[in-house]
Amino acid sequence: MKALTNRSKVVSDKKMTFIEWIYIPAILKGMSITLRHFFKKKTTISYPEQKREFSQVYRGQHVLKRDDEGRERCTACGLCAVACPAEAITMVAAERKPGEEHLYREEKYASIYEINMLRCIFCGDCEEACPKEAIFLTDRIVASDYKRAPFVYGKDILVEPLDLNLRIDVSARQTESLLKFKQNKRFAHNK
Amino acid sequence: MDWTLLIYKTVFLFLILLVTLVVAMYSTYGERKVAAFMQDRRGPNRAGPFGLLQPLADGLKMFMKEEIIPLTANRYLFILGPSIAMTTALLTGVVIPWGATITIGGREFSMQIADLNIGILYVFAMVSIGVYGIMIGGWASNNKYALYGAIRAASQMISYELAMGMSIVALVITTGTLSLHEIVEQQHGLHWNVFYQPLGFLIFLTCAFAETNRAPFDLPECETELIGGYHTEYSSMKLGFYLFAEYINMFISSAVIATLYFGGYNMPFIDQMGLAPNIVTILGTIFLFLKIFGFIFLFMWIRWTLPRFRYDQLMNLGWKGLIPLSIFNILATGVYYYFTELK
Repeated sequence: MKALTNRSKVVSDKKMTFIEWIYIPAILKGMSITLRHFFKKKTTISYPEQKREFSQVYRGQHVLKRDDEGRERCTACGLCAVACPAEAITMVAAERKPGEEHLYREEKYASIYEINMLRCIFCGDCEEACPKEAIFLTDRIVASDYKRAPFVYGKDILVEPLDLNLRIDVSARQTESLLKFKQNKRFAHNK
Repeated sequence: MDWTLLIYKTVFLFLILLVTLVVAMYSTYGERKVAAFMQDRRGPNRAGPFGLLQPLADGLKMFMKEEIIPLTANRYLFILGPSIAMTTALLTGVVIPWGATITIGGREFSMQIADLNIGILYVFAMVSIGVYGIMIGGWASNNKYALYGAIRAASQMISYELAMGMSIVALVITTGTLSLHEIVEQQHGLHWNVFYQPLGFLIFLTCAFAETNRAPFDLPECETELIGGYHTEYSSMKLGFYLFAEYINMFISSAVIATLYFGGYNMPFIDQMGLAPNIVTILGTIFLFLKIFGFIFLFMWIRWTLPRFRYDQLMNLGWKGLIPLSIFNILATGVYYYFTELK
């Protein structure tokens, strides 16, 4: 059998030599190994104070984007909910009334938009399915909680703030290959 | 009646008790830190700076836990078990010389609670009684795992006490006294017994690990086989007492090893420094504690390095390894002193 690493040793039950039999050199060797580890730099990241560097394409908590004029982009088409393999997204559509043009970009909007964060598997299919570039996954971590109910995120959490300075930056996720993929006319929503 | 001496002894007794408890308390913290560091982790660091309040939090947790006495357990023995374990663990500290003499107001006071002329035998007596705490606890629990743990503890302690006793016999041949105070005084300068009795020291150290039920000899509580061993059925502070007694035993064993083999409170080159006697005493005590902490670290270091013995291996090492070796040690020492004294 071929060895998987170059560290493998052939085990045999041959009679031990005197040095092996008294065990003390082996014990000292083991102790030197543990002592070396004692002074090694620890790799632990103390989480709340210190955050691990995220991958560029990290998929965390969702955001519902607004356009430059602060109107919600979502048109409640339901494609994200259909695309969602975990069935985490639910929404109720409503018609835009006259005078609400500054609030919603399209004539139809989501009056209720909920994502169950306990169901969500953060695959990003919703983002891919969205024809309006309204939903994105960000590098934010979904906070823990003691109960289940708070994990159903409504529009109050998902929609980004109006203030231009407080908008959620999603550009990190928009890598070149992803943008190219989004332009691909083979996919229905890009047609 | 000598009131000043009585007051001094009482104060000193409480001081030693306090120091023992604090050291044992912080040994639990030290153990977790050492374990963590050796496993490339950080260990407790949330309660207070560097997690220094962790032992207090653990103690508080132990007190707050529900106290459970199993229905089928023998109530009196069940409570007696941890009490014996704790008491005997604390009693051993009485004979250890924590320092030389200190002069207060023109009077010399010994930094030892009781200078028994048979100090070593007293230590042995206390260690032997300590096993009763474990045995009674394991028996009273009326649980097969606890009983297994107790049986293992008993046979392990009896086996290793023999080798330990015989390694001490060789030491007694070298020093010619059973009083711990005199043994320490003889080691003044760098005449530490470890240089005269290296084999005896190795045997004593191994047996000390076995007597305190520390890894690799922690078969009585061996989680993987016996759930918790003799303290399976224990909860709340009674469990805390058992765990705490283990750390006190570790502290006391370290103190005994330092006293018997590593010169106790003697510091090398202290005579050449020309300091006042009181300062020498205090420095010596500090040095003794440094030695003790070194040995406590050694206890932990070994625990997180070596795997646990199998039971037959344990008995093999005890009966076929250490006991013949200690007998040989006695013989060699005896022969050496017989011929050197003749000259």
